[in-house]
Amino acid sequence: MAITFALPNALVPYSGGRTKVMLQDRCRTVGDALGALAASHAGIVDRVMDERGEVRQHVNVFVDGENIRFTEGLATPVGDDSTIMIVAAVSGG
Amino acid sequence: MAPDTSTVPADGGTVLLVGTMKGAFVVSSDAERKEWHVGEPHFRGETVYSLAFDQRGGRRRMLAGTQSFHWGSVVRTSDDFGATWTSPERQNVRFPEDSGLALKNIWQIRPGPSTDPDLLYCGVEPAALFESRDAGDTWSPVEGLLNHEQRPRWVPGGGGLCMHTIVLDEADPQRMGVAISTAGFYRTDDGGQSWQPRNQGVRAQFLPDKYPEFGQCVHKVVNHPSRPERLYLQNHWGLYRSDDWGDTWHDIANGVPSDFGFAMQVHPHEPDTVYIVPLESDEFRVVPEAKLRVFRTRDAGGSWEPLGEGLPQHDAYETVLRDAMSADGHPSAGLYFGTRSGKLFGSSNAGDTWMEISDALPPIVCVRAAVVGSA
Repeated sequence: MAITFALPNALVPYSGGRTKVMLQDRCRTVGDALGALAASHAGIVDRVMDERGEVRQHVNVFVDGENIRFTEGLATPVGDDSTIMIVAAVSGG
Repeated sequence: MAPDTSTVPADGGTVLLVGTMKGAFVVSSDAERKEWHVGEPHFRGETVYSLAFDQRGGRRRMLAGTQSFHWGSVVRTSDDFGATWTSPERQNVRFPEDSGLALKNIWQIRPGPSTDPDLLYCGVEPAALFESRDAGDTWSPVEGLLNHEQRPRWVPGGGGLCMHTIVLDEADPQRMGVAISTAGFYRTDDGGQSWQPRNQGVRAQFLPDKYPEFGQCVHKVVNHPSRPERLYLQNHWGLYRSDDWGDTWHDIANGVPSDFGFAMQVHPHEPDTVYIVPLESDEFRVVPEAKLRVFRTRDAGGSWEPLGEGLPQHDAYETVLRDAMSADGHPSAGLYFGTRSGKLFGSSNAGDTWMEISDALPPIVCVRAAVVGSA
């Protein structure tokens, strides 16, 4: 059992070239999982969260298909086999 | 896509770094500056407000402050004219976690004094000054300004609470100035440990107190290395000069069609020659009379002359932003500016005549010019 981070192409340079990163740590929330991910892949987490520990405005994080903006934010629970998908928001110009 | 190496100029050639809302471009020419080559875009889709070409210490290093709409901002460097760029694992301009601040954008990258070739500065949003002591690889905040007692009363301008301008004193590395919208001009005399507002005489049109200690919306400040104490300031309404490193400011809007504007550039060889591009008003930020004209003073603001030969003089609703003007160091000085509509203009005779270098770039926010091989 492992948590899977699914990454967009823009973050592949910071994951060793992979579009998925597996995390064996036991985590209760998506915030915990991002904290654990930072220990091995700080470059990914730098781009998902700002210095205040907040998810960047134009980044969306989905836990098993649910956008955490509409659940409990970084306190959204994750299971041992959850998939956490990071997606660039549909925005820009 | 393979890196673009087609714009590598020879020593003595001319290079323009052009930052836009959708990437950066390296534009190059020889010393004559009649024919120009526009390279492929770097950082496609990213906003590039800050660029620098640092030739101190034997380097030929380009630096770019890139802002992804999604993934944040970072300083990248290139030592091969943009063929390859660094992509730092960690974001190298970061506020301390206990500051409660998060980086939005890198507004200006400024190589430090010639006596310290590994020292660079960058000004960022929210307003703060960072320094690098390893030629731009790693950065740390200048604490004296980060913790300034007036910071809680700084208010964002239309472009955000940005530190957009860094002014150095080649004769005294302990002294420097920064400009913040909207906090005004601040100066340090002790290498950044303490900072004092230096805005006496600068109008704040938008405040009940028109001449506060700080809170002005300064748009740009320039000086010349040979006469660092003489500063020129383009304000949000107001055009000023100081002869005492900002202790006092005096109005020099003598004969300009408007004293509102952003861009300002000092001549590379003449400390009393300065260029501006006035805009009609705060409400209508385009050049007056729809004529694209640069205004030049050769007497430190005593008088200004319009320079429009080669520039559109009809139906030109153009805007030139604060860092979108630059000068090269050729004996016959080159002046360059870019517009929000993506047009890039240049002059190889100090502004007497102009040519269009490119007419269809993305909106231009930054131009930096240099002679290759000239530190």
